[in-house]
Amino acid sequence: MTELEKKKGIAGLLDMSSALSSFAAIAVGLVVGFVVLLISNPGNAVAGFLTLLSSGLGDLKSTGQVLYYATPIIMTGLSVAFASKTGLFNIGASGQFILGAYCAILVSVKLAFLPGWMLCPLAIVAAVAAGAVWGAIPGLLKAWRNVNEVIACIMMNYIGMYLVNYLIIQTVYDQRRNITLAVPRHANVPTLGLDQLFRVGNSPSSANGGIFIAIIGAILIYIVLEKTTFGFEIKACGYNKDAAEYAGINSSRGIIMAMAVAGALAGLGGALLFLSGAGKGIDVVDTLAQEGFNGIPVALLALNNPIGVIFSGLFIAYLTVGGFNMQLYNYAPQAVEIIVSIIIYFSAAALLIKGFIQKIGKRGKEAEEKGGGDE
Amino acid sequence: MSILYFLVQQTMFFSIPLLIVALGGMFSERGGVINIALEGIMIFGAFTGVVFINIVQKSGSAINGQVLLMLGVLVAGAVGVVVSLTHAYAAINLKADQVISGTAINMLAPAFAIFVGRRISERGTQQVHFEDWFRFESVPALGRIPVIGDLLFKNAYLTTYIGFLILLVAWLMLNKTRFGLRLRSCGEHPQAADSVGINVYKMRYIGVMISGFLAGVGGLVFVIPTSREFNATVSGYGFLALAVLIFGQWRPLRILGAAFFFGLLKAIAASSSGLPILKDLSITAYFYKMMPFIVTLVVLTFTSKKSQAPRAEGIPYDKGVR
Repeated sequence: MTELEKKKGIAGLLDMSSALSSFAAIAVGLVVGFVVLLISNPGNAVAGFLTLLSSGLGDLKSTGQVLYYATPIIMTGLSVAFASKTGLFNIGASGQFILGAYCAILVSVKLAFLPGWMLCPLAIVAAVAAGAVWGAIPGLLKAWRNVNEVIACIMMNYIGMYLVNYLIIQTVYDQRRNITLAVPRHANVPTLGLDQLFRVGNSPSSANGGIFIAIIGAILIYIVLEKTTFGFEIKACGYNKDAAEYAGINSSRGIIMAMAVAGALAGLGGALLFLSGAGKGIDVVDTLAQEGFNGIPVALLALNNPIGVIFSGLFIAYLTVGGFNMQLYNYAPQAVEIIVSIIIYFSAAALLIKGFIQKIGKRGKEAEEKGGGDE
Repeated sequence: MSILYFLVQQTMFFSIPLLIVALGGMFSERGGVINIALEGIMIFGAFTGVVFINIVQKSGSAINGQVLLMLGVLVAGAVGVVVSLTHAYAAINLKADQVISGTAINMLAPAFAIFVGRRISERGTQQVHFEDWFRFESVPALGRIPVIGDLLFKNAYLTTYIGFLILLVAWLMLNKTRFGLRLRSCGEHPQAADSVGINVYKMRYIGVMISGFLAGVGGLVFVIPTSREFNATVSGYGFLALAVLIFGQWRPLRILGAAFFFGLLKAIAASSSGLPILKDLSITAYFYKMMPFIVTLVVLTFTSKKSQAPRAEGIPYDKGVR
């Protein structure tokens, strides 16, 4: 939507109003969050809220944690953003993410004899491939049989979750802890010294080179969308499928490819989280991976702009770290999810805010043209 | 025979909430508003319903179990209506993307239930407990009917019969009343409906509110027979209800069939280790857990081409557009 309108030529005003509407949504979300804290425990509300807002930069270790949390949600955010360029809502990032995560762990545990420079890339490639397959299935069903992609993605999330739990137990299961086996150290993405750079005293953060992969991924996606024929075709299908067909674009292929790329991105996110060296494994529980769903607000806040996704991912991660530290004041970290969901709600209503801003802009212009005076 | 009775009773526990929630979704979508927030609304309804029951039970009142359950159902439904209003406002007044505002509610609901649950429970945990005052060993008189009594009127909850009542009312409302006709017209061609004087916004609001009420009720109805506590989740039942709705092609009786089909698959998944025949097959329990979702995909693959989805579904109504 926004992309299309941008092309119509009133670019400057719209860009500004889009960004402003995101900021407005964030502001409303934060205000509501503060009210929630006030109601639940008035005494600590101010201190808790300040912790939420500031602790992501409170010390170097927290900043490192922001980078660590941002990495997977930048990837799932990119996944959602990319699919939406074709007019598809990829609510299936959760399933694609967990499939990717599982394949990364599987490869790194089973092929642990390989040297690190081979193992880590191989694990990542496996994750990307698995995510791509899992994303392509709803795309295929959409293109071939007109199956609603939202429902198909939701189904794929649950199938993926149960399938991964089953496969873990068959292959890489640590029965005592009900979790996947630990990833061998040399399979992890190199930390590039980030963990030691972002630390407090002797306690390093979980920051690692994955954040660079995520950022490079975002830039590549931007280039693909803006500078290649493939990107153009994908966007054309999103704006108007019939027009795209008329122009000789194979829209079925576009839909399938877009979903495959979206799945690959989410799968990569899964690899980057579990190859981060933070000692994380997949818990064998019947719960959908939240990182996939967190990609939705990340993409929305960035208005589906790949470069914007980097910043919105960092922002949500920043809030997440703040939410953890807020437990010091006896607030459940779910306060952050409440705030983020309010932000999504109001960014869904962004059209209204945008329309409002545009109206004011137009009125200003009209008033100028008429030499000021009446509305 | 006792295995069959057990399976039917289990199927009821899983099917009835699906039926109620999918019927709710039907009212919303036949009016033209996609309600992907069913999952979140179920959580809101179940949470407040269980908290309400918990408070009454703790207060030491000697209220009749069935009366308490009915009150709990009403509380859950009322909360569902309130939550659905936020979705209706975004979808109808703000003309927002309906999938996204629904996603927001789905994200909010578990966070809200955990956040508030921890505040109000004595031990600071997110689980809210309740005692089962609601189960019938056997319905008086009806439970003594051979076979049928065993199948339907033993080891049952009042909510099962409420589910069937809701089905009857929903069918009548949608197909036999002026309201139903008007609602459907708003989902098919709102411009035409508006041209004959139907207030599209109002009809859509009512549709979404009914879906909110039923989703809230469905949330509580899901929790009561299957658990003794509420833990901020309804296990994806809201999403499954959406699938049931599509499987049932937006029609009450087909939805009934779809709900029971899914309920049976769920019941098999839940009791696969206890059923002798299935146990011998030694297929992993995960396979049964995946079944409902795989079947949904397969069914959608074969039915989506000639889907009977409401035409104007998901499109905000704008009076100015021709």
